[in-house]
Amino acid sequence: MADISLRVNGSEKKVDVSPDTPLLWVLRDTLQLTGTKYGCGAGLCGACTVHIEGASARSCTTPVSQAAGKNVTTIEGLGADGQHPLQQAWIAEEVPQCGYCQSGQIMAAAALLAKNPKPTEEQITGLMSANICRCGTYERIRKAILRAANTGGAR
Amino acid sequence: MSPLSRRDFLTAGVAAGAGLVVGFYLPHGTGATGDGLTNNAFSPNAYLKITPDDKVTVVVARSEMGQGVRTALPMILAEELDADWKKIYIEQAGASTLYGDQSTGGSASIRTTWDPMRKAGATARAMLISAAALNWGVGRDSCKAENGTVVHDESKRRATYGELALKAATLPIPTDVPLKKPADYKLVGTRIPRIDTPSKTNGSAEFGIDFRLPGMKFAFLERCPVLGGKVASFDDSASKKLGGVSYVGKVGDYAVAVVADSVWGAMEGRRALKVTWDEGANKDLTSAAVMDGLKKAADGKSVTLYSVGSLASASGRRISAEYELPFMAHAPMEPGNCSAHFQGSKIEMWAPTQVPQDCRDTVAQTLGLNSDQVKVNVTLMGGGFGRRLEHDYAVEAALVSKAINGPVKVLWTREDDMKNSPYRPSSFHKLSATLDAAGFPTSFTHRIVAPSISAWKGYPVDGGVDPDLKDEAPLVYPFANASLEFVQTQSVVPLAWMRAVYALQVGFASECFIDELAAAAGRDPLEYRLHILSKDEDIKYFDATWHPARMRAVLQMAADKAGWGKPLVGGHYRGIACFGCFSTYMAEVVEISMEDNAPKVHRVVAVTDCGQVVNPSILEQQIQGGIVYGLANALRAQITIDKGRVVQGNFDEYAPIRMNECPAVEAYFVPSTESPTGIGEPSIPPLAPAICNAMYAATRQRLRKLPILNS
Repeated sequence: MADISLRVNGSEKKVDVSPDTPLLWVLRDTLQLTGTKYGCGAGLCGACTVHIEGASARSCTTPVSQAAGKNVTTIEGLGADGQHPLQQAWIAEEVPQCGYCQSGQIMAAAALLAKNPKPTEEQITGLMSANICRCGTYERIRKAILRAANTGGAR
Repeated sequence: MSPLSRRDFLTAGVAAGAGLVVGFYLPHGTGATGDGLTNNAFSPNAYLKITPDDKVTVVVARSEMGQGVRTALPMILAEELDADWKKIYIEQAGASTLYGDQSTGGSASIRTTWDPMRKAGATARAMLISAAALNWGVGRDSCKAENGTVVHDESKRRATYGELALKAATLPIPTDVPLKKPADYKLVGTRIPRIDTPSKTNGSAEFGIDFRLPGMKFAFLERCPVLGGKVASFDDSASKKLGGVSYVGKVGDYAVAVVADSVWGAMEGRRALKVTWDEGANKDLTSAAVMDGLKKAADGKSVTLYSVGSLASASGRRISAEYELPFMAHAPMEPGNCSAHFQGSKIEMWAPTQVPQDCRDTVAQTLGLNSDQVKVNVTLMGGGFGRRLEHDYAVEAALVSKAINGPVKVLWTREDDMKNSPYRPSSFHKLSATLDAAGFPTSFTHRIVAPSISAWKGYPVDGGVDPDLKDEAPLVYPFANASLEFVQTQSVVPLAWMRAVYALQVGFASECFIDELAAAAGRDPLEYRLHILSKDEDIKYFDATWHPARMRAVLQMAADKAGWGKPLVGGHYRGIACFGCFSTYMAEVVEISMEDNAPKVHRVVAVTDCGQVVNPSILEQQIQGGIVYGLANALRAQITIDKGRVVQGNFDEYAPIRMNECPAVEAYFVPSTESPTGIGEPSIPPLAPAICNAMYAATRQRLRKLPILNS
């Protein structure tokens, strides 16, 4: 066990966990931010996607030690009151079905738009293919990202 | 529309000062009459509650796994109630003896709740109007319901439902309330946004895995990797040396649980555990041997599912073909989990489940409790697809909670789910037809060789006919001479109902075969199907009646929307298929190209006739989702077994469709005011055959085995 400090959604957190604990379980279990989901534990599905220093990261395969001293953003901290342009676009396009993978989808899309505010459809598909949705919401995800891009989603 | 009869047994009353409460019975299964009488009493399944604060609460006794029941079911009720949609609140029912069958499956939530939901809404509306008329001393005919209020135009008076609720609750229940005409619908048929969408974009939606009690422990189970194997012994010394591991113990005879203070602690503790297994009778089992067994059984004893005319009297050129489908896993995004809190003479569960009552009853039986000592709360679930029609996760959680005498959440890893689940059975199909001089069938036979899922689970299989085959495996063409037969095999592999169940297998084999017949006849596959369907002779298949005209209509519309017969981009090919299941008609046209001998699916046009559509946006979700799920089934979903062990573990070995493989899916429906039928599953069966038929168009080679990419 070790005290590890990280900044989650803008606030300082000190957690007393083994340094190899995946960031995912620190977020979900220790900090009880359960919007970030477990899907595969192997970096294959993207349900656990968060931002570390603004870049998309797989929290299920990232030891918390690697996030020490860094800024971590989860779905809960993405937009004030859930009003990030992508979240609004997700609502406008009615993307979610079961909803389980959607935090990861939105976080992956947010990292994409932060780097590339006007992605082409091909760029969207290329990046978002890293995330799995078993309900098959891909078509609406693509539309929602385009919608957010057109309304200034890179914020 | 039909008036309510006395036998509808709606009841109303003041419930603890809550206002107007109308209970109603929601049958599960299309054959139910819904008269509200069960064994001993009226059995309400959901409640409409209107309180003086003007809240309209609909208790939904079906599970939300993404298919939109928390929106669509209340829409049906709110329509007849003339409620203000903005004032509708949803309450999720837990397992209860009050609710009739609460199972969520069989594409049944809308089709079985349509009538009772409408009647409950209409009855409440009539009582609210009567209450207003009495309050105002005017004739009830001069009052009308409007958006959550009752209005008296002459005196310009208006009262909200909330203001009228307590008065309405004192009135007798009318027995002859008319239902709306479809032309008067305001909510039904519209794209009302789903109630649960915002919470699923900000992380606040609470799934089973998210639920937490104070002091809760976490557990993972090491289960025997060999199907049906048992724990011989285990060594927990290394596990217990790890900080936070508080308990290690057997669960049933097949698993060892490791309990810790944290999820990661339990994972680490499990990794350190050493278990010796008694691998049992299945240690040499392979899925290939299972398929061989199906093939050997194919000419054995069968039961007839459907028979018309006389096969012996038919003559002509004979065409035969055989088809194979593998075991498949549901693999919902949220792996299995369940929270339980055992408290001596009672236990409370928080289960992401499609079958709360099965969870309750099985947990009660396992722990030696009565059902009323088990409380099951139904959480949101990250996909179901039939995996949560099981109750294994609930029993495990209950046993571990009892063992540690405290609250616990049992979690499954992705690999646990992939390797230790029940599966869609593999199946083998023998089809044969004779063709007349023009190439059309004079006879048609289909032998389905598969184990019975219900039999595996110990449910009654009347007359040897698995009950699912009745809902899912019809013959939808009006052949003059035909026979549909089921050869039931035994299984040692655990079996489950998986999205579209047998319809996937039966639809694949029959629609590939029809295409083979069309090719043998030298005819266009669309024209060939339409010709066979041109005989307007209804097909009676168990409780369902299939109308060729409705299948023709979806086929024609799919062909028109897809531009069937029109030129394509170079290297692109089309395939078509149609099927019916859960009383719904479905036709699909796919457009593919071949890349490295594999099909790339570019476009899918899907047309359904599922009766009255409640919410077109949700319908579109279900069809798009079914196509994406079905595409994985078609291309590479395959569970193989070697040395008694499931080979696949994670999403690299059992790979779902990702965005780069997702075709453009266009979903259309035939406008209809017929009663709604199922839509969660019917888009799946036509997809794989349509792809294989397109591959034939591209390559002139027939593929008779799924998954496509392994063949």
